Amino acid sequence: MRLLKSQIDQKNGSGFATLLPEEPEDMWHAYNLIQPTDLLRARAIRRVSKTSDSGSVASQRIALDLTIAVTSTDFDIGSGQLHVAGRVASENEWVKLGSHHTLDLELNRKFTLEKGDGWDSVALEMLREACETERRAELWAVVMGEGIANICLITEHQTILRQRVEVPVPRKRKGGIDGHDKGMEKFFSTTLSTLLRHLDLSNKGINQDKTVPLLLASPGFVAQSFLAYIKDEATRATNKPLLALIPSILVAHSSGPHVHTLSEVLASPAITAKLSDTKYARETALMDKFMTLMRQDDGRAWYGPKEVEKAVEKGAVGRGGGVLMISNALFRAQNVAERKRWVTLVDRVREVEGGEVRVLSSLHESGKRLEGLGNVAAILTFPLEDLDEEEDEVENGAEGDGEEMVI
Amino acid sequence: MPPKSGHQRAKNVDYEEEDVYSDEYDEGEEQGGDGMTDEDREQMRIGTINVREALDPSVKVTDAQIQEALWHYYYDVGKSVSYLKNKFAPSQPKPESQSKKQKAASRFDQAANAAGTKVPTTPGKQTLKQAQKSTCNAPSLREMVGAPRQSMSASSIRLRALHTPCSADYMSAKATTFFWDTPWGNVPRHRLGPITVEPRYLGGGLLGGSSKLAALAAKRKQKQEEAASAAKAGDTKAETDKAVALLDKLSVKGKDPTPFIRGGVCEPQRRPVQRYPARKRSPSPPPAEPEVEEASLEPAQPAIEFLDLRAKPSMFASTLCGTEDQVRKRQKLEVSSFPLPYTTFQGYSEAKPFAGPSPDDIVLRAQARGAGHGTKAKPAHHKKATGEKLADSVEKLTVEETPKVKSKNLNVVEEFEKSGMKRMANFVVIGHVDHGKSTLMGRLLYDLKVIDQRSVDKLRKEAETIGKSSFALAWVMDQTSEERSRGVTVDIATNHFETEKTRFTILDAPGHKDFIPNMIAGASQADFAVLVIDAGTNSFESGLKGQTKEHALLVRSMGVQRLIVAVNKMDTVSWSQERFEEISQQMAAFLTAASFSAKSITFIPCAGLTGENVTRKAADPQADWYTGETLIEALDSSEPAKRNVSKPLRLTISDVFRGGITNPISISGRIDAGSLQVGDTILAMPSAEPATIKAIEVENEPVDWAVAGQIPVLHLADIDPVHLRLGDIVCDPKNPVKLVGEFTCKILAFEHVLPMAVDVFRGRLQAEGKVTRLVATLNKASGEVVKKHPRIVKPAEVARVVVQLERELPLEAGTRVVLREGGNTVAAGLLES
Repeated sequence: MRLLKSQIDQKNGSGFATLLPEEPEDMWHAYNLIQPTDLLRARAIRRVSKTSDSGSVASQRIALDLTIAVTSTDFDIGSGQLHVAGRVASENEWVKLGSHHTLDLELNRKFTLEKGDGWDSVALEMLREACETERRAELWAVVMGEGIANICLITEHQTILRQRVEVPVPRKRKGGIDGHDKGMEKFFSTTLSTLLRHLDLSNKGINQDKTVPLLLASPGFVAQSFLAYIKDEATRATNKPLLALIPSILVAHSSGPHVHTLSEVLASPAITAKLSDTKYARETALMDKFMTLMRQDDGRAWYGPKEVEKAVEKGAVGRGGGVLMISNALFRAQNVAERKRWVTLVDRVREVEGGEVRVLSSLHESGKRLEGLGNVAAILTFPLEDLDEEEDEVENGAEGDGEEMVI
Repeated sequence: MPPKSGHQRAKNVDYEEEDVYSDEYDEGEEQGGDGMTDEDREQMRIGTINVREALDPSVKVTDAQIQEALWHYYYDVGKSVSYLKNKFAPSQPKPESQSKKQKAASRFDQAANAAGTKVPTTPGKQTLKQAQKSTCNAPSLREMVGAPRQSMSASSIRLRALHTPCSADYMSAKATTFFWDTPWGNVPRHRLGPITVEPRYLGGGLLGGSSKLAALAAKRKQKQEEAASAAKAGDTKAETDKAVALLDKLSVKGKDPTPFIRGGVCEPQRRPVQRYPARKRSPSPPPAEPEVEEASLEPAQPAIEFLDLRAKPSMFASTLCGTEDQVRKRQKLEVSSFPLPYTTFQGYSEAKPFAGPSPDDIVLRAQARGAGHGTKAKPAHHKKATGEKLADSVEKLTVEETPKVKSKNLNVVEEFEKSGMKRMANFVVIGHVDHGKSTLMGRLLYDLKVIDQRSVDKLRKEAETIGKSSFALAWVMDQTSEERSRGVTVDIATNHFETEKTRFTILDAPGHKDFIPNMIAGASQADFAVLVIDAGTNSFESGLKGQTKEHALLVRSMGVQRLIVAVNKMDTVSWSQERFEEISQQMAAFLTAASFSAKSITFIPCAGLTGENVTRKAADPQADWYTGETLIEALDSSEPAKRNVSKPLRLTISDVFRGGITNPISISGRIDAGSLQVGDTILAMPSAEPATIKAIEVENEPVDWAVAGQIPVLHLADIDPVHLRLGDIVCDPKNPVKLVGEFTCKILAFEHVLPMAVDVFRGRLQAEGKVTRLVATLNKASGEVVKKHPRIVKPAEVARVVVQLERELPLEAGTRVVLREGGNTVAAGLLES
């Protein structure tokens, strides 16, 4: 995303920013930036109907700049399209004030965003992050098992499941080994062709000199077998782009064929050594640290909105290791008060307590893990017990030995 | 009857044919031989006398006439008499000729005239012999009598007359001699019609030389006429029979429509016939082409309408063939259009072939209705069926909705109880990787002669070639190339064996950590488990940390109560009793902690590779201390679990495959509850697609039914394989499993449980889900709530949690699930709702 122009007052956060999204990822940033009550100005095509003096109605499609007060946003992850609905905030020749319009933000078409209640720290941080020009890590990953493959694109801020391949593979059975082998063969060929369609190697080769690394992960030997299959296939068909890709293929072990096992793959040292220190990997590592602390159950890791807020109040998320993990889903809250609540919390940790704040992308696996924990979690600098309200019952240690368990 | 008469007709045709040929070619000599046998003559003589007696003296008939009549009625006196009576009773004496031909002709003037043929005839001295022999004459006479054919025959007669002169004899004959025996009326057919020569016949002059061809064509014509009349000859006077005969004649024409075409062409020229008398002798050979290609002319050609130019039939004709109307009706059918084939059959006129839906319609409808269910009844041939029958059969043709596969409607539960079937037991073999599960099972099968020596030798050889000779026995179970090259079991292997008491199904589970999902699939099908432990130093200890523990916990949480612990590889520790006891103690402590009851655990030392104490007692003297049972005895003494035979059907699909060319879709899996039989309709969930069971196989034997506990292979019909996925549940359509998107379950935590993403396992079913809420931790024994909304569930705690699934799955209360995360089993759960 390119920042074309910005006039933001540092004190009260009023002002606007003109942005030019350049890659699909920018749409994700725009989605996180644009809030209800914001004013968004962008080029739009609108059908305008005119009633002539004689009473006949002529309708016409015209391109015009529209400013809308945002009421809702809709982001399609798969295609990276962002639709912003709102009501027209500045009247012009064709469109009346207050009439509804949905702006479809497009790549390479600038838009101007003015925050309804000013640019807060989180919004400014997001803006800064969105406009970072450094090279973005991008990674294709295929998480697979026997008969199932998930083809994902991992970018700095999102993990996008591009395609799920499911091919029925007969299990091994007496005298029916052929079925299994054939099924695997078919599965591999389907997966490879699907993958190639998504990678679009022929185009990539021309436009970009860098090859996007490809990660194959699976439990067992499926990934290895698949790599062998790719090699065979590339040699057999002398597919040059594919042959060129082979050196950048990584094979890793995952515990299952599902997308969420990616977090575990990306956290493994073998992979982190090879991949650049992506945001993804950092987030994953952080979540793992949190989980470890949780397991130790010594009161230094807490999750859930109320608990974390209490911990922050008590000053436990401060200098010296205090980390607040918060999902950006919370900042997309439609409710302004809700958003304010989290912005305040972030500000407090960052400025008052001096703790670290990590905004996790809800589109990444780590963000999803956090989502399970209520979108917010914290690692405390000192242990705190009983942050949860219910402290009524005491652990009942009496366990009948040898008795049939309830389960 | 129609086919019969048709057959007869065919015979007649053959007979006549010969005659015709002889007629054609031996025309000159014809007069010489009469071709009658002595018998015939004697019969003729007696017949003549009889007829004479029977006839009224007033009727003046010559002997010759009587004889002719007799000849044609095959010496049937009665018929001949009535014929002659009819013919001659109102005798109108014609002075110059007593020939019956003339008389006959006089009576049929009308008919002859109507046919538009007014051929000058010479007073013929036609001899009886001629009348008899010349087969075309007599039939033609009768043809005339058979009024319905008048006009038609008129046209064909002309043709014949055209052709006949083509023979060399006639060509050379003078006009006078040619007509010398021609009667006034009722001109013999071969004498008729040269007048109506058409220009196009002349046009065929190029081919005109082929008199042989013409002769052949003429013969064919004649043959047909004669065949028709011959068929008629045997007619009784019954009205119905006449109709049949008429139809028969039709059939002849049906076979050869050409006469009609020609007749049609001739029609306009009929009237001016007299204007061209000179033409009558010109030998005009027919165009060869239509004659030659006669056969290719299909009756299916569009019917050509003809003008009805016929005169009214004579009295005689009407008496003989019914009223004019009736006759006309038939004639119409006969002449005004080309007859359809098979119209000759009696049933045709009454048949309303289009009353019901056409056979095609029936079939199409049936296909549409039956959706692929074939009809057992063949669609009736409308051509043969009579109207009523057809309609009836059409009614009967309604295709039932029942599928192809007939259900025997057995009471499977009763059958099962009656069958007194041997006990069945499925057991899963579990344990840490490389502890020798597959090898132990291979040994078991080998020693029980399930696997023959030859196969084992082959495997041994193969194993040696890749330097893994010790894997030979394991390869009995590990069959995929992947498994063999890596020496690791990947997927469950199923095999069967039988002891005196029980039929066992082995489910050999993979020990490797990555394949725990497969192991879960196997364990979910098992009644009891065999835990294989490597007695080797360090192996046991590493196993206890690894999958020995995890597997044991898993099978326990999946409801397996009975466990046989096979302490394997005892040969590597020299059958040390201390080692065995040490392992036994440690395991017993662990297993009882995992809530196996002590009495349901059996420890057995054995050596899979050498086969000691598997099926036979250990031969090694070092193993003397052990006097307990062998592995096979321990297996045999296991009490199989109870079966929920009478509950609604539940079967978890553990494999979908192509069972062969005849069985494109087959599934296998354990019946968790209920029973099924061939012909049953089942419902696959979550796709909610019905299917029909085409066949059932249990242990590779086809059977009619299967009950809970068995692991059958079902060959299915009427379902697309996309609707069947591993882990789907096959159930009774009347009691389908409900799909749930979220469930509450009681879990036994193996690891820390937080709200987190988990994989949910249920047999082969593997799904993504997440623990959304920790409802409460519970007391292990009483199930009372210990703490509400816990922050975390620690290992070995029992808790109630809510799990949300990515997609809806068929899960029921009481189902056992396993929750895994990141390659570790997090918890085992029991569904509550």
